[in-house]
Amino acid sequence: MSTSLEKQRARDGWLLSAPALVLLVFAAAGPLLIVATYAFLTPGDYSGVVWDFTLKAWFQVLFERDIFDDSISMADAHLSIFWRSIRLSLLTTILTFLFGLPTAWFIATRPAKQRAAWLFLITIPFWTNLLIRTFAIMEVIRYDGLLNKALLGIGLIETPLRIMYTDTAVLIGMTYVYLPLMVLPMFAAIDRLDIRLIEASYDLYATRLKVLTKIILPIVRPGIIAGSILVFVPSIGAYVTPRVLGGGKKMMVGNFIELQFGAGRNWPLGAALSLILLLIVSVALIFYVRVSTRSDSDG
Amino acid sequence: MIEISKVSKVFGSGDAAVAALKDVDATIQENEFFTLLGPSGCGKTTLLRLIAGFDHPTGGTIRLAGDDITYLPPNKRPVNTVFQNYALFPHMTVAGNIAFGLEMLGQSKTQIAETVDKMLDLVQMQALRNRYTTEISGGQQQRVALARALAPQPKVLLLDEPLSALDLKLRKEMQIELKRLQSETGITFVFVTHDQEEALTMSDRIAVMRDGHILQVGSPRDIYNHPVDRFVADFIGETNFLTARVAGKKVKLTSGDVIAAGDVSRHGEGAEVTVAVRPEQVRIGEAGAKGGIAATVNQTVYFGTDTHIHLKLGDGSDLVARLQSPPSGESGLSQGAAVSVQFTDGAVQVLES
Ligand SMILES: Nc1ncnc2c1ncn2[C@@H]1O[C@H](COP(=O)(O)OP(=O)(O)OP(=O)(O)O)[C@@H](O)[C@H]1O
Ligand SMILES: [Mg+2]
Repeated sequence: MSTSLEKQRARDGWLLSAPALVLLVFAAAGPLLIVATYAFLTPGDYSGVVWDFTLKAWFQVLFERDIFDDSISMADAHLSIFWRSIRLSLLTTILTFLFGLPTAWFIATRPAKQRAAWLFLITIPFWTNLLIRTFAIMEVIRYDGLLNKALLGIGLIETPLRIMYTDTAVLIGMTYVYLPLMVLPMFAAIDRLDIRLIEASYDLYATRLKVLTKIILPIVRPGIIAGSILVFVPSIGAYVTPRVLGGGKKMMVGNFIELQFGAGRNWPLGAALSLILLLIVSVALIFYVRVSTRSDSDG
Repeated sequence: MIEISKVSKVFGSGDAAVAALKDVDATIQENEFFTLLGPSGCGKTTLLRLIAGFDHPTGGTIRLAGDDITYLPPNKRPVNTVFQNYALFPHMTVAGNIAFGLEMLGQSKTQIAETVDKMLDLVQMQALRNRYTTEISGGQQQRVALARALAPQPKVLLLDEPLSALDLKLRKEMQIELKRLQSETGITFVFVTHDQEEALTMSDRIAVMRDGHILQVGSPRDIYNHPVDRFVADFIGETNFLTARVAGKKVKLTSGDVIAAGDVSRHGEGAEVTVAVRPEQVRIGEAGAKGGIAATVNQTVYFGTDTHIHLKLGDGSDLVARLQSPPSGESGLSQGAAVSVQFTDGAVQVLES
């Protein structure tokens, strides 16, 4: 009796999860498999791939062969692109945290009636096309843009700052674009923070700094970690923002991958680079799982 | 120890302004178990928060051991609080919570370990020292909150209805335990409750509050036996109120009976006054007894140890008598029975207003 019921349950379980499985196979596993396969094939003459198995793409990720004397050297350009991507993404994460914490705190401490309005303001840019937002930032930081005009106006600088097409421009753009992703989870965490805990610690002789480091930060840590991952992951794969604000020279991994599938006509290299990017993201996610489960068990 | 003078607190401004405290004066002695008692919204928590430093008064001063602490931040006051909801740190263990204040004071590791150990013994939580505070029961949390606030050896401990979340049995136990802790440590306790019985059993002195005012301060006996007004008398225990007129050194009830009463010198001859009699001070005798007031039995209500007899006097005014239930449980007073009523000597209080 009970075993046939259990069998039926199991069958029903599979049936019920079928849509999810189909989605996973076609939308996640399938494309990933294709990319993984392409990374081991030979580039076609004009584009696409030739079904010749080779490790050349992986070789190209790290090394380059000189076209004149065939000598092999490290592909410094590739490494510096990866390094720039990681560095800019980490900096973006830190900047969004530094701006996001006070913002989230501010919103969470508004009266309940006002909070929805503030949250709405924070999320408005989300409803706007990324490209348009990026061009808006460009208007601000351009050579004769708003920022320079303002700084010249108040006499803080004498010649306009050249921000466009630098790492700084990309950093400003990404910080602006990804800030809501940091604010929202931190807001949720701060909102759950009982204000009386702060009073209690203050009552127990904590200074303001200690209240922050011993009570607020540890308790909102899950929100900080979630926000950091939500910002870091799209940052490292960012394409539009570095393209528009960094120009052709200050590439990030996303742009470099696009280049391989476009003008570079080297699909296998693009596929290999994509897999490496995936690896970096996975490392970040594993780190996330590690620290967030630890916060459950030992606080 | 604590001198509160002319303290007022207004929340908000304009039309939305709420005066939570109005010119409150009080002096709390050293080593005293001082209780703020009053109905919900009368300003007990507000006053406690001003003493703790979480909020500042809109007027008046608060002194602690002679020093003006009105605007001193909470971390600079030798005052600790046991919060109504305990406010234990969820990311720390029981021991971690207790150690927090000591760490903030910059005490040495060995010193902290020693004090934490002593505190855990004191509140009998040694076995659960490494549990997270989210993993212990309400009563246990209450003890941790107490130990955490006691550990830094404050001069004053503030407790905001710390027992209200506990069930009756645990509550009685904790009342005794709190009282014991207070006398053992010699720390001044300022205790907030809206439970009059709790206030009566635990306090050295009680301040009865209403609408941002302190109506009366006194020992439990004082307040119970000599309430200044109808509100205090009614709030502390059950009371019969009767209307009367001053007649010489006695008072004349509306029923026409003249009875001995407390001090009437404040009121002029013939002035209308309210007198109060506790139900347990009412004696019931046979109808027509000498010096008794004629009454009829309206209803008897059995409460286990006590039986309440609801009576009507000649003029129709109500009076409740509380008698100890006899072994049979039957008071022998049936509805409609004619009886006579007397009051114990000194039981009739003339209220000030
Ligand atoms: N932050 C605040 N803003 C506005 N009004 C407040 C604030 N805190 C308290 N009040 C008001 O002040 C009055 C006294 O409040 P308080 O919390 O001191 O009462 P309480 O005696 O502690 O009551 P309870 O027994 O219900 O805890 C109430 O009318 C309350 O609404
Ligand atoms: Mg209160």
